[in-house]
Amino acid sequence: MEEAGKISRYLYTVIVLFLIWLFLTASTDPQELVMGVIFSLLIAAFAYPIFTTRGLANLHPKRVAYAIAYIPYFLWAMIMANLDVAYRVLHPKRPIRPGIVHCKTVLKTNPGKLALANSITLTPGTITLDVDDDNYFIHWIWVPDEVLRAESDEEHVERASSNITAPFEKFLKVIFG
Amino acid sequence: MNVLAAIGEILVFIGTFFYFLSALGLIRMPDVYNRMQTSTKSATLGSLGVMIGVGLWALGSDFGSVAWLTKTVVIATFLLLTNPISAHALIRAAYKRGIPLWHGSVVDKYHEYIESKAEKAESVEGEGDAE
Repeated sequence: MEEAGKISRYLYTVIVLFLIWLFLTASTDPQELVMGVIFSLLIAAFAYPIFTTRGLANLHPKRVAYAIAYIPYFLWAMIMANLDVAYRVLHPKRPIRPGIVHCKTVLKTNPGKLALANSITLTPGTITLDVDDDNYFIHWIWVPDEVLRAESDEEHVERASSNITAPFEKFLKVIFG
Repeated sequence: MNVLAAIGEILVFIGTFFYFLSALGLIRMPDVYNRMQTSTKSATLGSLGVMIGVGLWALGSDFGSVAWLTKTVVIATFLLLTNPISAHALIRAAYKRGIPLWHGSVVDKYHEYIESKAEKAESVEGEGDAE
């Protein structure tokens, strides 16, 4: 992945910090805004090397649009996950069949992998145990038959990935590249 | 009492219900991995519901202002981004420490992967010695 210039990364950090300041103060009083800009500029000077590697390219309209579309999609998956967990906890027989499965991802960047791992943890029945390059090890609360009966390792990986990582990848591929 | 306050109250109620489920999951699940599953998911959505609910509730009351909602949104986003990471760190530490899976577990690909990796490293080392 190519790295953006220092100025672009710095400006991106300032914008994100200032947005957080706006939300936290929730006022458009000029005094507050000036103070926010000053602090954003100051903190960004220290923090930009560790904050982003791609700078203003993160604000590409297509990426922002996909990110906004991803929010309701993700929240819906999360609510379904919780109903699923509620069913498993409240059911008298406690229907769980846990196991650790192996998935692969097509994402290349580190922020993308982090977002995918977080999304996996918060959605139905899965929690990320370890990430190694493009290998994901996922603790699944109910391993379905089709994954369990896979004969070879490749088949197992393919079926597990299409179940767990694929639904998010189509969004995250665009957002994080 | 208006619509916003009513929505907020309902959200807080739902969030509390998920908190309850999270605690119940801790009691009912058999091993640390399954407990992580239930507690992380339910506690995150429960907190989200309670926080956003409080923001909306305050917006609908006499004393409230927009500042309530924006602050709760920031806190909720922060929690949503950090909670899964802490869960991941905890479950990974548990696995590395050697805490066994529940006897009812069906597959453990991670164990196979670590073993095959260790074997590979060993064989590479062995070749180096032979040369």
